[in-house]
Amino acid sequence: MKIVKPGLQTTIQDAGRYGYQRFGVIVSGVMDQLVYRIGNLLVGNSNGEACLEMTMKGPEIEFEKDVLVTITGGDFSPKINDGPVKMWRPIYVRAGSVLKFGACTAGCRSYLSVAGGIVVPEIMESRSTYLRAEIGGFEGRALDSGDSLTIGERSERADHIFQQLSDSELPYVESDWFSAAEWGTEANQNGIIRVIQGREWNRFTKESQEKFTNTEFELTPQSDRMGFRFKGERLELSEQVEMISEAVSFGTIQVPSEGNLITLLADRQTTGGYPKIAQIASVDFSKVAQLKPGAKVRFKLVTHKEAEALYLEQERHLQQLEQGISLKLREGGE
Amino acid sequence: MKYELHPLGDLAVIVHLGDKISEETNVLVRNISLLLEEQPLPGMIEFVPAFTSVTVFYNPLKVLQNGKRNRKRTPDSPYELICGEIESAIHKIGPENKIEARNVKIPVCYGGELGPDIELVAQHNNLTTDEVIEIHTEAEYLVYMIGFAPGFPYLGGMSEKIAAPRKESPRLKIPAGSVGIAGSQTGIYPIETPGGWQLIGQTPLKLFDLDQDPPTLLRAGDKIRFHPISTAEFEKLKGGQE
Repeated sequence: MKIVKPGLQTTIQDAGRYGYQRFGVIVSGVMDQLVYRIGNLLVGNSNGEACLEMTMKGPEIEFEKDVLVTITGGDFSPKINDGPVKMWRPIYVRAGSVLKFGACTAGCRSYLSVAGGIVVPEIMESRSTYLRAEIGGFEGRALDSGDSLTIGERSERADHIFQQLSDSELPYVESDWFSAAEWGTEANQNGIIRVIQGREWNRFTKESQEKFTNTEFELTPQSDRMGFRFKGERLELSEQVEMISEAVSFGTIQVPSEGNLITLLADRQTTGGYPKIAQIASVDFSKVAQLKPGAKVRFKLVTHKEAEALYLEQERHLQQLEQGISLKLREGGE
Repeated sequence: MKYELHPLGDLAVIVHLGDKISEETNVLVRNISLLLEEQPLPGMIEFVPAFTSVTVFYNPLKVLQNGKRNRKRTPDSPYELICGEIESAIHKIGPENKIEARNVKIPVCYGGELGPDIELVAQHNNLTTDEVIEIHTEAEYLVYMIGFAPGFPYLGGMSEKIAAPRKESPRLKIPAGSVGIAGSQTGIYPIETPGGWQLIGQTPLKLFDLDQDPPTLLRAGDKIRFHPISTAEFEKLKGGQE
């Protein structure tokens, strides 16, 4: 497939580069793991295949071969050959067709998954793009006009539905079933982000703790794949603490001395030395990844136990989804 | 061994080994790291050593599955299960588990175009550039951890006599291999990045190399020494690598 126009920031990502943080290599990978996983399921990929992550403004892509694709995550009003197409379902696309995107009406990051995955060399066991070190993905950079991407071989599972959908003269065919999990539902768009107390929670003044949980914070435009900066009430420590750098994680919320919040994300550095007021519960990572600059959020404290239970519930839900989708993919061929 | 366990969200746990940056704590960090490398815990994704801690990232589902398989305790909390695994791993480490530090020699071409700020560092400390080089090369440095950028070593052991503040406005591009000073720290830039360190020289060695496994020249716990080389030697060594 060929990139005709690149969009705002379109990169090749997979689940991330694990096992190399101790060498100072960041994890990278998709910002929205949940949506990415659903994308791979929908086109019969094994978990871990690389996809395109698109930000705010999607690219224009010409398909040079017949493919099976799906678009998940933020709604950028996708169109194939100028006809609107539906998200969260497998779509058969005939060679020569052009995929375009329009206005971003929901979310902030959209994912294009292709049956067979996007094939680029694996660097340190991952295909993710590490922009700052210019490693991985497509030549270590965001995609540009004229780039030509290789697509891997479809799985047997994907082939069933591919054959069925391609059984017409139409340039593209959407499957009539879909799967969006919890994504995009009201519960997911209410702007409430569940967090657990961070290591330095008790070092913040009572007043700051209350401001953190009782007031609104706004996502600023100084936000990227490395981290989101929020503005709102200034948060203060009861006394200055000498911090020693230690590992940080996706969703760590730090408070640098100027008092605003920074949430660390996919391209975060491996270690950090600012006081950590909280840590986003992993169940809400997807919600955070989809915030647009200007979005207002509130943080709600949950216990570590609750966060674990919510994680396990989400995983169980994904397992059910996986079973449901493989059933549909199988039926597709009969 | 004294340590504390704390959750870092619901997917990681930090093993805290002390509140002060010291060689003794670093030995504990290395002992645990070595153990985790040789005997990865079931469900562990990776571990990240730092100055006074080791963080274990895990997949809660896999930890839970393993816990159920082994019928250990009540397998309802992945965090509790992984903490149990970490505790029993740490108990395996005896006082005899002292790892010999690797000694690494780093050739550096000081001053000139490769170390444009050496004069500044000298002036700041009322020294000659030769004295700066002497002080920088006579010390032994400990690699406390790798972080900030791929292969970037956080080094301890620099003399206060050659300390110098960061540049007021950072350079947009610092070449890979640059050796610099910022405050009372010295470091080596493994990849070309922007940065505010005072540059005193450059090493021809590659600190980060994707063709090597592991991809970094240095590891936490290494002891390093710098030694001066001429521009001609620098060119020769650099040429020999490509």
